[in-house]
Amino acid sequence: MNNFDELKHLYSRAGFGITFNTNLNNISLKSAVSALFADSETRSPIHVITENIDMVNPKKLTPEDKRIKVVQRHMQDVSLNTAWLLQMCNSKAQLREKMTLFWHNHFACSVANPLFEQQLNNVHREYALGNFRDMLLKVSQSPAMLHFLNNEQNRKSHPNENFAREVMELFTLGRGNYTEQDIKEAARAFTGWTFNKDTGDYIFNAKVHDTGPKNFRGKSGSFTGEQVIDMLLADKQTARFICTKLYRYLVNEVPDKAQVEEMATVWYNAKYEVRPLLEHVFKSTWFYEDKNVGTLIKSPIELLCSLTRQFYVSYQDPLMLMQVQRVLGQTLFRPPNVAGWSGGRNWIDSSSLMARLKLPSTILSAGVLEATGKVSAEDELYVAAMQKQDSNVAANTTKSIPNWAKLVQSIPKGLAPLQVAGYILNSNIGPNLAARIKKQPDTRAMLMMIVSTPEYQLC
Amino acid sequence: MQRREFLKNTALASGAFLIPAFLKPLEAMSMSQLSQYKNLVVIQLSGGNDGLNTIVPYGNDIYYRSRKTIGIPQANVIKLNEMLGLNPAMASLKEIYDQGSMSIINSVGYPNPDRSHFRSMDIWQTASDADQFLSTGWIGRYLDSNCQTCQYPYDAIEVDSSLSLVMKGATKKGIAVQNPNKLYASTRQPLFKDLVTNDHDANLNEDNLGYLYKTMIETYSSVDYIHEKSKLYNVSSVYPTNTFSNQLKTVSKFINSGLQTRIYYVSLGGFDTHISQQHQQNRQLKIYADGVAAFIKDLKKTNKLDDTLVMTFSEFGRRVEQNASNGTDHGTANNVLIYGGKLKKAGIYNAAPDLATLDNGDLKYQIDFRDVYATFLDKWLNINNSQVLNKSFKGLDFI
Repeated sequence: MNNFDELKHLYSRAGFGITFNTNLNNISLKSAVSALFADSETRSPIHVITENIDMVNPKKLTPEDKRIKVVQRHMQDVSLNTAWLLQMCNSKAQLREKMTLFWHNHFACSVANPLFEQQLNNVHREYALGNFRDMLLKVSQSPAMLHFLNNEQNRKSHPNENFAREVMELFTLGRGNYTEQDIKEAARAFTGWTFNKDTGDYIFNAKVHDTGPKNFRGKSGSFTGEQVIDMLLADKQTARFICTKLYRYLVNEVPDKAQVEEMATVWYNAKYEVRPLLEHVFKSTWFYEDKNVGTLIKSPIELLCSLTRQFYVSYQDPLMLMQVQRVLGQTLFRPPNVAGWSGGRNWIDSSSLMARLKLPSTILSAGVLEATGKVSAEDELYVAAMQKQDSNVAANTTKSIPNWAKLVQSIPKGLAPLQVAGYILNSNIGPNLAARIKKQPDTRAMLMMIVSTPEYQLC
Repeated sequence: MQRREFLKNTALASGAFLIPAFLKPLEAMSMSQLSQYKNLVVIQLSGGNDGLNTIVPYGNDIYYRSRKTIGIPQANVIKLNEMLGLNPAMASLKEIYDQGSMSIINSVGYPNPDRSHFRSMDIWQTASDADQFLSTGWIGRYLDSNCQTCQYPYDAIEVDSSLSLVMKGATKKGIAVQNPNKLYASTRQPLFKDLVTNDHDANLNEDNLGYLYKTMIETYSSVDYIHEKSKLYNVSSVYPTNTFSNQLKTVSKFINSGLQTRIYYVSLGGFDTHISQQHQQNRQLKIYADGVAAFIKDLKKTNKLDDTLVMTFSEFGRRVEQNASNGTDHGTANNVLIYGGKLKKAGIYNAAPDLATLDNGDLKYQIDFRDVYATFLDKWLNINNSQVLNKSFKGLDFI
C-alpha cells in the first residue's frame, strides 16, 4: 500500500476523512499520527446551552409557561445537536471529535435535559484521548448519567441497581463477567451518589450511603463507589471489552481476537491511557491490511461529516440536519437504547440504504428531502405540547450549499478522473465503477455519480 | 444472460455464497401460498397514551377523584359495560365493538416497569425483560426464525419512511414502505438500476460492499414485488385524510392485493400529554379511532377481516392522578386494543384496572405484554413463541 492510501485510511478512521486540501505529500505516516494528536490538543467544549430547563422536576408553572419551556428545550436540543455535528465536520481536532463520538455511544445516555447532555458530551471530549478511569468516574458522577440510570433513587434504605448493572454490563466488563449478587453489592457502594437539580453538580449524600461491608467479586470490604470502579478496572476483561468495541469502530466490524488482545494488553499496561492505545493501533501494520481498508460501513454521522468536509458544504437549516439524522437512523444524543447504536451492518436496511444512497446528491444539489424519519419517543412531549397532529416535519429542500468553486480549486492539478475519485472513495474501485467514472462528461458529474454508489458508503 | 441466471452462476462460482432466498422465483410459488395469509397489523401509539382517558373507568369514583379537571364526565362516556366506556373522541369504534370485532385487554405491562419513553419503548419493541437489553426486535426475530412465510424483507412491512428496531432481526430485517410508488420510482433511477443489474457481479462477496449490494438487490426485488402485486388494486373505501389513515389505507391496499406479508407496522405519535392533555389526546384519539374504524370496515367489506388481527399498544400508560398542568405524567400498565373478524373473546377481555391498589401511584400490571405477543405467534403466525421471545409464555385466549 502506498503512502497516499495509508494516509487516506488513517484519516478516514482517526477522523472524518480527507479532503482535496489535505496534505498527503511529503508527510510520513509516523508524523501524520503525531500530527493527529497535536491537532487534537484543543478541547473546544460546547457551550451553546446555558439555561437548565428541567422538565423532569418542573417548578410550579402554568400550562402555558410550561409549554413555552418545552419549546425552548426543543430549541436547545436542536442547537446542541447541530453545534456538535458541525464541530465534528469542521474541527481541526478530528481525532478528538471522532473519539468523543465513540465515547458518546459507549456511554449511551438519553435524558431530556440539554444542559446535562452538553455537560456529559464535554466530559467525553475532555477525556477522549486521556485516562479512561478519570472519564468513567466523571461520567458516573455526571447529572445526565446519575439521572438516566436512576442513581438519585439509590439509597441505603432502598437500593436501586440500575447504575450498578449498567456500569458492569455496558461500561466495563460486558455481560457474563459478573453475578447478580455483584450487582446488588455494587449498588450498595454507589448509594448516595446524586446531584444538585439546579446546577447539576455532583453531590455525595453521606446520609443515604451504605457504609456496611460488601462482598464484591470475591473480595470483601466496606467498598465505596470509587473502589468498586477501581476493582472493575483492575480486571483486564474491562480493557478487552472496550478494545473489542474500539476495534469494531476503528479497524474492522469482525474483531480479530489476537489483535484485540494485543490492544487490551497495551491499554491495561498503560493504566487505561487512551493515547498510547490509539498510537499502537495507528502504527500497527495490521491496521493497514487490505481487509481493513475501505471496508467499514460509515455511520450516518460519518457519512454526513465526510460529505460535508469533502464538498465544503454549509447548512442553512438546522432542522434539516435533524431530519437527515432521523432518516438515516442516528440522531446524536438519542441513541436507540442503553446499549447505543450497534453499528456496522445494523445501519443498513432497505429504506436506510436507499436514503443513504440518495442523500449525498440531494445535499449537493440542495434538493428535496422527502423522507421524514421518526422522532424518538423522548421528543413526543414537544409534539404533544405543540398540539401537533404529526410527529414528523414536512418534506423540505436541504438548504445546503456546497462550495464547488473551492472544491474545483483545491483539486490537485493534473489528476486523472480515477485519481480524483480516489480522494472521495475509500473502497476499492472495481472495473465497472472505473469505466463509469471515465465515462462522465466532467468532474462535477463524476463526483455526483460516485457519491451515489455503495462504495461511497464505506470508509 | 439473464440477470438472475448470471447472479446465480456468479454466486455458485464464488462458492462462498449460497443462493439467497430472495432469488427464488416468485412465480414458482403456488397460488395458495400467495394468498389467504393471516395478517397482523400492529399500531404503536408513541409517547405513552393515557389509557384511562381512552377506555374510561367511568364506574369508579377513584377515577373522578384523581382527575378533577381532565376526567371525562360520565354523561359523555360511550358506555361499554357498567364500569368501562370509550372516550367520546372514539365514537366511531362503538359500532365495531358492538359487532364483536374488538377486544379490550386491561392492565397490560411487565414487572419492574420503566417510566422512561426510551427504555419502555425499547422493552416493548424488543420484548425484553426490564433489566435486559436486546439489540433485535421481536418482529425481526420472527423473520430470523426462517419459517415458511418469513423469507423476505416484505414479509414484515412498516408503513413509514424509516424502519423501527422492532422490525430488525439478527440476520433479517423487514422493509419500510411509506409510498410504494415513490419507492418503486427511486429503485428505478438509472444509476441504481444500473448498479443492481450490472455491478453486483464483482461485488457480491461476503464483505460489507457485498452486503450493500445484496441489500440493494433485495430491495430492488422486494420493491418490485410489492409494486407489481399491489399496483392494480385500488382501495375503494373512504378513509379520513391524514397521514395515519393514509398509512392504514396503504396496509389495506397491500392486504387486499394479496401480498404475502404477515406483519404490518404503523405508528401514531403525539401522546406525551404532560400539559393540557384533553384537547391534544382527544384529537389524536379521534385520528386513531376514525382511521381504525375505516380500516376495519374496509377489510370487512373485502372479506379480509377474518384473516386480519390488529393490535394497538403504547409504551406505557399514564399516572392515575392528573398533574398540576391539566395533564398526566408517565405511568405503567395500559390497555391493549385488539380488532379482528375472528375473535374468540370479544368485548372486555379481563377485569377493569384496579385504581385502589396502586404501585407508587401507578397501575399494577395484570398481563405481561409478551403473553399478548405469544398469542399472535402461537395461534396466528404459527411459530412457537419461545423461539421469538427467548422464553416460553402461556399466551391468552382472545383468539
